[in-house]
Amino acid sequence: MEPADAVSDAIGRAFRDERAIVLATLIRQAGDFGLAEDAVQDAFEAAVTAWRRDGVPANPGAWITTAARRRAIDRLRRDRSVADRAERLAELTRLDAQQEEPSIDDESTIVDDRLRLIFTCCHPALEMPARVALTLRALGGLTTGEIARAFLVAEPTMGKRIVRAKRKIADAHIPYRVPADEELPARTRGVLRVVYLIFNEGYAAAEGDRLVREELCDEAIRLGELLTRLMPDDAEVWGLLALMLLHDARRAARVDADGRYVALDAQDRSLWDQDRIRLGLATLERSVRLRRPGEYQLQAAITALQIQAPDSEATDWAQIAELYGALGALNQSPVIELNRAVAVGHAFGPPAGLKLLEPLLGDQAIERYQPLHAAHADLLRRAGDSEGAKRAYGRAIALTANAVEREELERRREALR
Amino acid sequence: MSQYMLLVYEEEVDPAVQAEHERKLPMFVELHRSLREAGLLVGVQRLHPVQSATSVRVRDGETEITDGPFAVTKEFLAGYYLIECADLDEAIKQAARLPMASWATVEVRPVMPPGEWLRVARAAGAEVPDEAVNDLA
Repeated sequence: MEPADAVSDAIGRAFRDERAIVLATLIRQAGDFGLAEDAVQDAFEAAVTAWRRDGVPANPGAWITTAARRRAIDRLRRDRSVADRAERLAELTRLDAQQEEPSIDDESTIVDDRLRLIFTCCHPALEMPARVALTLRALGGLTTGEIARAFLVAEPTMGKRIVRAKRKIADAHIPYRVPADEELPARTRGVLRVVYLIFNEGYAAAEGDRLVREELCDEAIRLGELLTRLMPDDAEVWGLLALMLLHDARRAARVDADGRYVALDAQDRSLWDQDRIRLGLATLERSVRLRRPGEYQLQAAITALQIQAPDSEATDWAQIAELYGALGALNQSPVIELNRAVAVGHAFGPPAGLKLLEPLLGDQAIERYQPLHAAHADLLRRAGDSEGAKRAYGRAIALTANAVEREELERRREALR
Repeated sequence: MSQYMLLVYEEEVDPAVQAEHERKLPMFVELHRSLREAGLLVGVQRLHPVQSATSVRVRDGETEITDGPFAVTKEFLAGYYLIECADLDEAIKQAARLPMASWATVEVRPVMPPGEWLRVARAAGAEVPDEAVNDLA
């Protein structure tokens, strides 16, 4: 008998390190996403008993691979409603009869299988919450319960969402392959969007179980790292990882002891994770060297400039304004234009910032956006227009639903007297 | 003679009721046979459930793909194409080529092959011989 702790550790490790690889391979071999997932789940459950009884195998990954394949064969034998059942059984039985595990195939097959898995989980024909859930489950190894808690939904609801997505993959024949060259850029952007959404869900939301939330950030970064290994020539893949690392480095400083949000300027910089910052900057460097600026790379570059300056005063606002300009050229958005106006206001003085910001006040897409009016007030104050600033703060206060924010805005308005 | 399309609309029901419907397969087999004998049947195909639907639109030259069926509002069903493709990606690509994709919505629904229809019905307890598959298409 192996001690229970050693077995749980080994299973935990195998789950973390090998599950996605085993699953990705088995989906290809069994030709069915849902069936492979169930079989891998069964195999991990079986490992608990078997490893406790017989000891942890020398190669846990190979053990899980074989066990999962046999479970898939069992399931196929039982379930008569599966299409192409005979062909699939024949293929799996043939693989099972091979003497030696082809040491989890070779490296390039693993890479290909995991890429296939990512592109399937993030397929645009699936609804976004399902893409996120499938990615976290299939590649991150999170349980349905963990995903449900992270997204503040009931576990059965999340379970149904996942079942429905797997059913659609099977019924609609969502392919299990890396998209063709002409579709690849758009589909890769879709994958990055899913990963960034996972990160933001963990980073931005104030409510919910904080530990689970932090796990989402870690998971998104792990996925980002995996993508850089799988697609090292894509500048945006590096750009996204850099952006996530640079945000994450400031995680501890973002909220104060009372759980209140702390703005960048006011953050205690000694709480920043310097190792993460160094890693983020090196990652950004990799992205920039590929000479294809994209949205994530530009956002990471802006964040890097803000982090590297000792304070707001010493920040290179002119360059930040330029980066926002480049970002706006890629993706026209009034929020980006607002950020550019703020940067220009810092770099070239409040009147220059106001000139860019004023047209936004009449833009329906953003006119009810609180930060627009807070930024407007700030620029007016610095331009010496106290009356205008008071009115703008009033507008911002009326638009905020957040008590902490309101308090801060009222404090700034009072300070005008 | 004129051709008519009979469109069948269903509501999502719980699995027990669905299984009850599936067990009625012999009635379908019988109906299809008699329609065919009378020379009236041009074709019949069962579609996968609505959860397998994908909506495709082309706007400003960009293909927009969304999960789910086309939500019925004031639009009406204007026609259909039946195409054979390797997988959903190819079907979406062909759907985006329809001229109407740039002003209308094309719902892409996978057809359930007759063999699968038979398997699904049998799994729910319907008793039908293998040859019935010929009457399901």
